[in-house]
Amino acid sequence: MKKWLLNWRLFSLFSVMALLLAGCGKPFLSTLQPAGEVADMQYSLMLLSTAIMVLVIIVVTIIFVYVVVRFRQRKGEEKKIPKQVEGSHTLEIVWTVIPIILLIILAVPTVSATFKLADVKPMNKEKRDKDTVVVNVRANLYWWEFEYPDYGIITSQDLVVPTNERVYFNLKASDVKHSFWIPAVGGKMDTNTDNKNQFWLEFDQKAADKAGGIFYGKCAELCGPSHALMDFKVKPLPRDEFDQWVEKMKNAKPVVTDSVAKEGEAIFNKSCIGCHAVSPVDKRPEQARTAPNLANFGDRTRIAGILDHNEENLKKWLKDPNSVKPGNKMTGTYGNLTDEQINALAKYLMSLKVE
Amino acid sequence: MSTVARKKSLIWDYLTTVDHKKIAILYLIAGGFFFLVGGLEALFIRIQLAKPNNDFLVGGLYNQVLTMHGTTMIFLAAMPLVFAMMNAVVPIQIGARDVAFPFLNALGFWLFFFGGVFLNCSWFLGGAPDAGWTSYASLSLESPGHGIDFYVLGLQISGFGTLIGGINFLVTIINMRAPGMTYMRMPMFTWATFVTSALILFAFPPLTVGLIFMMMDRLFGGNFYHPAAGGNTIIWEHLFWIFGHPEVYILVLPAFGIFSEIFATFSRKRLFGYSSMVFATVLIGFLGFMVWAHHMFTVGMGPIANAIFAVATMAIAVPTGIKIFNWLFTMWGGNIRFTTPMMYAVAFIPSFVMGGVTGVMNAAAAADYQYHDSYFVVAHFHYVIVGGVVFALLAGAHYWWPKMFGKMLNETLGKITFWLFFIGFHLTFFIQHFLGLMGMPRRVFTYLPGQGFETGNMISTVGAFFMAAATIVLLINVIVTSVKGQKAEADAWGDGRTLEWAVASPPPEYNFAQTPLVRGLDAYWIEKMEGKKGLTPAEPLGDIHMPNSSILPFVISLGLFIAAFGFMYRTEASWGLAVGIIGLLITLGSMFLRSVIDDHGFHIHKEEVLEAEKGVKA
Repeated sequence: MKKWLLNWRLFSLFSVMALLLAGCGKPFLSTLQPAGEVADMQYSLMLLSTAIMVLVIIVVTIIFVYVVVRFRQRKGEEKKIPKQVEGSHTLEIVWTVIPIILLIILAVPTVSATFKLADVKPMNKEKRDKDTVVVNVRANLYWWEFEYPDYGIITSQDLVVPTNERVYFNLKASDVKHSFWIPAVGGKMDTNTDNKNQFWLEFDQKAADKAGGIFYGKCAELCGPSHALMDFKVKPLPRDEFDQWVEKMKNAKPVVTDSVAKEGEAIFNKSCIGCHAVSPVDKRPEQARTAPNLANFGDRTRIAGILDHNEENLKKWLKDPNSVKPGNKMTGTYGNLTDEQINALAKYLMSLKVE
Repeated sequence: MSTVARKKSLIWDYLTTVDHKKIAILYLIAGGFFFLVGGLEALFIRIQLAKPNNDFLVGGLYNQVLTMHGTTMIFLAAMPLVFAMMNAVVPIQIGARDVAFPFLNALGFWLFFFGGVFLNCSWFLGGAPDAGWTSYASLSLESPGHGIDFYVLGLQISGFGTLIGGINFLVTIINMRAPGMTYMRMPMFTWATFVTSALILFAFPPLTVGLIFMMMDRLFGGNFYHPAAGGNTIIWEHLFWIFGHPEVYILVLPAFGIFSEIFATFSRKRLFGYSSMVFATVLIGFLGFMVWAHHMFTVGMGPIANAIFAVATMAIAVPTGIKIFNWLFTMWGGNIRFTTPMMYAVAFIPSFVMGGVTGVMNAAAAADYQYHDSYFVVAHFHYVIVGGVVFALLAGAHYWWPKMFGKMLNETLGKITFWLFFIGFHLTFFIQHFLGLMGMPRRVFTYLPGQGFETGNMISTVGAFFMAAATIVLLINVIVTSVKGQKAEADAWGDGRTLEWAVASPPPEYNFAQTPLVRGLDAYWIEKMEGKKGLTPAEPLGDIHMPNSSILPFVISLGLFIAAFGFMYRTEASWGLAVGIIGLLITLGSMFLRSVIDDHGFHIHKEEVLEAEKGVKA
């Protein structure tokens, strides 16, 4: 076969596949609609490997169909005994060497990408560049904490990152093993209980716009009854907006004007403050930070990571957390609250905003 | 001992048997039962996931069902069913009268059986294990209740059984081959059993070590996996996968062996490239130990380890590819008969190729960061385990059923089972590749609407019901056949090539009246082609030495079963420690009895053999 013909076929195979796969899934969640450098790299590897594998499947299928149709027993052949062939050295060599070549074609970019994705030098420099954004991710039973060590602020559940630049992550778990995954933006990395893992991601602005300004994040390691509900969200912002957000977070303080919300604040300070902080600047050690930081709770996109963000859902969550997230650690820690108290609390929490 | 004395009662006979053919039936029944249990659990999983926010099985309970589905299918269904095939066939294929250690063979079965029963007792005693079949250390140590203890102790007991079985088959194949049965004349299924047994020998000890550490941590205050006390949870992952990856090959190599027999038989041709098939089997077995860390690409081992394990994993595709093409060319130029076993074998090729190629995709470490722990991986390993192993077990069951039970399974019902299962399998799992790529993590008890997962999951659930229907048809087939099946001849399919088709269906308890002389690959085929009715004997007809049956294997295993309960409840019940010690005493006592009682077996006299053989001929 002429080389250009082979190339052309491979190319068209690629494009057909890319078209097919791109129709799959949602832009805020699907690995098939890559939204950043890492996901792009992984997506091209997927396409390359799928192309090679489809080629293999086609070859096998052609031989398979031919054999099964051509050599099936026909009427009057019931007694026929075919020639007992021992094997063929030529064929053996053919189907040993060709797969080896195909695998080398796949292995080289695999190894190269594996090393590229592990390049976290910029975050580990003795003196980090001012522009390098580092986020400490701490996974806990069914919630995520995001700490920005260079800015001294902490948030939870909604990860805010600048777009079009590499963002570096330190990953760990505080109770059992979890895994940090933002499918549209890049592959996952485990948060271990033993050590700190590091990797980087890049969030593409255009893709973020297409996805509606939010990417979905998931826990990808079985961690208990509510593993399925351990979602988080990612808000990618252009760099200048991100910087503004950081400034606001640094200076955020709860401002309560409404009288009902004030009541709520009182309840909060009695029953909740032991675990939840309401200021992004939380100097307590991480062992003491046993619940999500609520400083910008009013700006968030979901209640408990999964319910639509409104007061009604918040009340539902406060009333009976276990019915929303089985096995969560908040259930039973704050006694029984009356409906009125829950109303007040919800008002107060919804007023916690930095934007 | 006379024949009358040995015919006490059916139940007592099976409790005490050391005959490999009866042990095969025990494995088949027990493994089949657990296969139904695991299948039921799978159905529950699919019902729960049929629609978003479903509340059929929520949170912790779902995790229990999910854990037990995986654990049951691998350890209590696939493994014993593989052992059923090995026991039913391998000794006869090599021209032996039994395995090397018949007593150990029975012990292996009963250990597996009591381990499995113990594990499933958890359902009625406070809840099943809920940390996944992989039972990763941090989660399993956190898990409340006794679920994980059932997992640890149950698998420990049944793991001993598997290890004993593996050693037994190694020794049997090395030592018990009939005259002329050289290694390179062994049927492919025997070769696969041989390599699998070697894998068991090396793969199960790491699991045992891992389980002992976990038992120490959970029951005796150990700190092997507590990072705060200097332990490490990642080491469990390594130990588990150093066992777990070879385990895949422990299951799939016998499957390859079964298919090799079926392809040759129903194409009426010798296996194409026999020596390269042997070479590929050994190579897969060897490489199987070099790749475990590809289950851990996202753990954070660093790019060097990830790259090495990625390339090593890809290498396995080469010997596997060799096998696929050799099977295709076994059929090439053949005279293919589409019997039920052959349908499974033929369907296995495209199904397993799918599982194989997604395996290579998973091997690409950088891309695996996306696939890992997503439904893509769920789809991949079900293509390998169902499309490879389960197809093979169903094929093998239909193929050797006449040999094991002396009756042919109904072909029409068999083909209905096949089509239902084949369609259901692809319907269930093909779409899961895409669910994973679309961002659905595995082991989730539910998913929220609006993420694009609805259609795929619904299709998957529908597929599962097809497989359930197939299983019901299979059960009907088994029942109908047992009641009024067509009696099978020695060479039940008319095209048998290997020694098991030369003896009666079912074979007499001594297998061969005279040990056969093997004159080449496909020994029985050679004799048939030369126009002979039977095998060439390698010895004169004489008295046959047989092992005595014994209840001790049952009692030894029962002791461990009791002991496990005792030690599990040691801290919370006053009787715990005592029961634990009593259980161990029962086990050690029976082992002592076994050591001191002289047991020389018995002889079946020449006249009895002649009588029995006449009965078969007439």
